[in-house]
Amino acid sequence: MASGVKPRVKAPKTAAAGETVTIKTLISHKMESGQRKDGDGNPIPRSIINRFTCDFNGQNVIDVTLEAAISTNPYFQFDAVIPDAGDMVFTWYDDDGSVYDTTKSIAIG
Amino acid sequence: MEFSRRDTLALGLGVAVATVIPFRAFAAADEAIAAFTGGADVGAGGITLTAPEIAENGNTVPIAVSAPGAATIMVFASGNPTPGVVTFNFGALAGDQSASTRIRLAGTQDVIAVAKMADGSFVQASSTVKVTIGGCGG
Repeated sequence: MASGVKPRVKAPKTAAAGETVTIKTLISHKMESGQRKDGDGNPIPRSIINRFTCDFNGQNVIDVTLEAAISTNPYFQFDAVIPDAGDMVFTWYDDDGSVYDTTKSIAIG
Repeated sequence: MEFSRRDTLALGLGVAVATVIPFRAFAAADEAIAAFTGGADVGAGGITLTAPEIAENGNTVPIAVSAPGAATIMVFASGNPTPGVVTFNFGALAGDQSASTRIRLAGTQDVIAVAKMADGSFVQASSTVKVTIGGCGG
């Protein structure tokens, strides 16, 4: 499942040094649970994103392990401390080995 | 239709299996929690699980967990085919130990959040969610 996967992240462009900011992420992915059956009664194989990480300047903010019970288009909201200006890297790991990532720059201001 | 001895035995066995299976599903959640805690005692308090009382659609149920001072928060759904839902590991730059997401629930059940604190102790909170339409397909 590598088609139509689009990560979206909402993060502030600027923050005060040491400020805690709220980050919202969404990635379009069907998150096939492996429980469903197709029209002929055959089970549809599991295909989900199994891990999501967020790092800021190489330091970890959150590392999430996803199971099949996470909804389609996985959404996460969490808080991060911004010690200084830098890049926030978001990475999603697919069951099929694909890795999707996106980066947001946050300035001090 | 007459029941032979063999039919009766098979029927009895079927009923026994049907009664045991729901208990097994709950046991799966307990086992998953025990695997996470390593059998340690699980306390209460210090963790908040926010989930709706009634979810119309089990395919997308918003939940939020918060446990100040936690290193890891794991969420379980006791009535799902697989009890594990999500594991949050908080890193050095986490603003606070809270997160929210959307989960699937197969039916009305208890959602349980277990937090592993920085000192190695465990606390848990649970919330019952009524689900009108299950979210596991069929």
